Amino acid sequence: MSVVFYLLAGVTVLGGLTAVLLKNTVHCALALTVAFAGLALLFLELDAQFAGFAQILVYIGAVAILVVFAILLTRGSETPKDGVFSRTWMAGLVVAAAVFAGLGWAVIQSAQFLPHETGAPPVVTVEQIGNALMGRYVLPLEIVALLLTAALVGAVIVAMHEKGDIK
Amino acid sequence: MVTMLDQIFVLLKHWLVSFLPLELQTPVSVLISVVAIIGTFPALFALTTVLERKGLGRIQNRIGPNRTGPFGILQPIADGIKSLTKEDIVPLSADAVVHFMAPLVLVVAVFMGFAVLPMGRNMELVDMDAGLLFFFAIGASTELSVFMAGWSSRNKYSLLGAMRAVAQMISYEVPLLMSSVAVVMITGSLSLVKIVAAQNQYTWGLPHWYIFTPWGCAGFVMFAVAATAETNRSPFDLPEGESELVAGYFTEYSGFKFALFFLGEYLGMFSISGLGATLFLGGWSAPLQALQFVPSWIWFFSKVMLSIVVLIWIRGTLPRLRQDQLMNFAWKFVLPMTLLNLVDVGLWRFLGEGWIRWVVCSVLMLGAYVLMARAGMRQEHFGPRRYRYADS
Repeated sequence: MSVVFYLLAGVTVLGGLTAVLLKNTVHCALALTVAFAGLALLFLELDAQFAGFAQILVYIGAVAILVVFAILLTRGSETPKDGVFSRTWMAGLVVAAAVFAGLGWAVIQSAQFLPHETGAPPVVTVEQIGNALMGRYVLPLEIVALLLTAALVGAVIVAMHEKGDIK
Repeated sequence: MVTMLDQIFVLLKHWLVSFLPLELQTPVSVLISVVAIIGTFPALFALTTVLERKGLGRIQNRIGPNRTGPFGILQPIADGIKSLTKEDIVPLSADAVVHFMAPLVLVVAVFMGFAVLPMGRNMELVDMDAGLLFFFAIGASTELSVFMAGWSSRNKYSLLGAMRAVAQMISYEVPLLMSSVAVVMITGSLSLVKIVAAQNQYTWGLPHWYIFTPWGCAGFVMFAVAATAETNRSPFDLPEGESELVAGYFTEYSGFKFALFFLGEYLGMFSISGLGATLFLGGWSAPLQALQFVPSWIWFFSKVMLSIVVLIWIRGTLPRLRQDQLMNFAWKFVLPMTLLNLVDVGLWRFLGEGWIRWVVCSVLMLGAYVLMARAGMRQEHFGPRRYRYADS
């Protein structure tokens, strides 16, 4: 594990921590953006160009903006009076640690079932990703597209209903 | 001799780097290219500010700056000295950290976009396999800096301007990407170097630029409209209109931070003009086969400066669009036309060579344009305005 990996992992974890610990909600959203950027750089460090740039385009360019708009248009930007942490934080910590342990065990156990590959990992081009998406994985692609369309139509209907009420 | 002039910057860089030991050669070579980009484009920015003020002045029947140097060409130096020596006022209740970082994020994101543009033969900083995706990903990050600027100023006008600007930039992001997807479909690659190489061929002396095809022409128009809206240029400059919102999201910035925002906006104009030239106007390729002796970087920068001149011209000519007109235009007109453009590209590819595909594709685009425009105009109610909240 190289120095670059530790640096990027540190940035991501720091971004995530500050997103939870800061008091001002918009600062939290910006720290979350730093965490997204750290993840994208980790993808790029693994030579996954398409995944890294798509992460930047979708997460930082769209999801972060959406989070920020949601904070702006509601009254969430005011700091809550009784502090940001709930009283049962210990139980939450135990549950999160248990889930993380379970996932970590599953991932480490599955490593022994991978084919033993020696040498450098293959360089994946965008063309190969495109061929895979349109060939082998076309059914999941179409299902995800259907899901996104349903979400879009639902959002439009929710917004339209509001307009009909006022008139 | 012609090739040497064409590759003169590349050869210069190789000569400079050859004095160093082997391990240092790649990092120093990259450093030299980065310094060259950081030097060239702000210099072009300085030239453009004079061009814009004189050009706008002439369009508006006045002279423009003419005191500093002959024809006002030393005006950028005066502007630079002024913005460096002005007091940097930060409002008391402003969020100091975010207020400081917003112009930095903008300038860094915009400079990173120049890394994938091929400015001449072999003159791109990085030849990435997913170069176009990188450019759009970095461009999407500039919206975040606009929001940071508007929110951290604790000013209602800034906040309104920031929200309008972000809404406008998100709305026009989609037609921008979709009109570029048409180019990617025909070329078969996201790499900007391959896109330029595909356009660098000649038939009967005329180039294969994508703008000379029906779908390329329509795509270029839509790309230009979306690019004008992305960089908040008139007629889409409601977020920063001087008569509307004081100065929009950079109201509370003075001195050098304002100059950084200004620089970031103009550099964004350059980078997106560069992308438009690469995708549709053939990048660094010459317009006629006979003119290939002129160096490739001269063609690229000429195309970029031509786009800038057209942008300034449009700014001086067209009135500003209102926010709801802007959004309607994006979602109800430009986006359906870009989707139809994708169908057009598919038809172009699969109808095969010959005159039939020219006729079919042109009729499809022109017919759709006329029909959609007529349908859109019929729905306009030109009566008294109905307000959602003010009436009750």
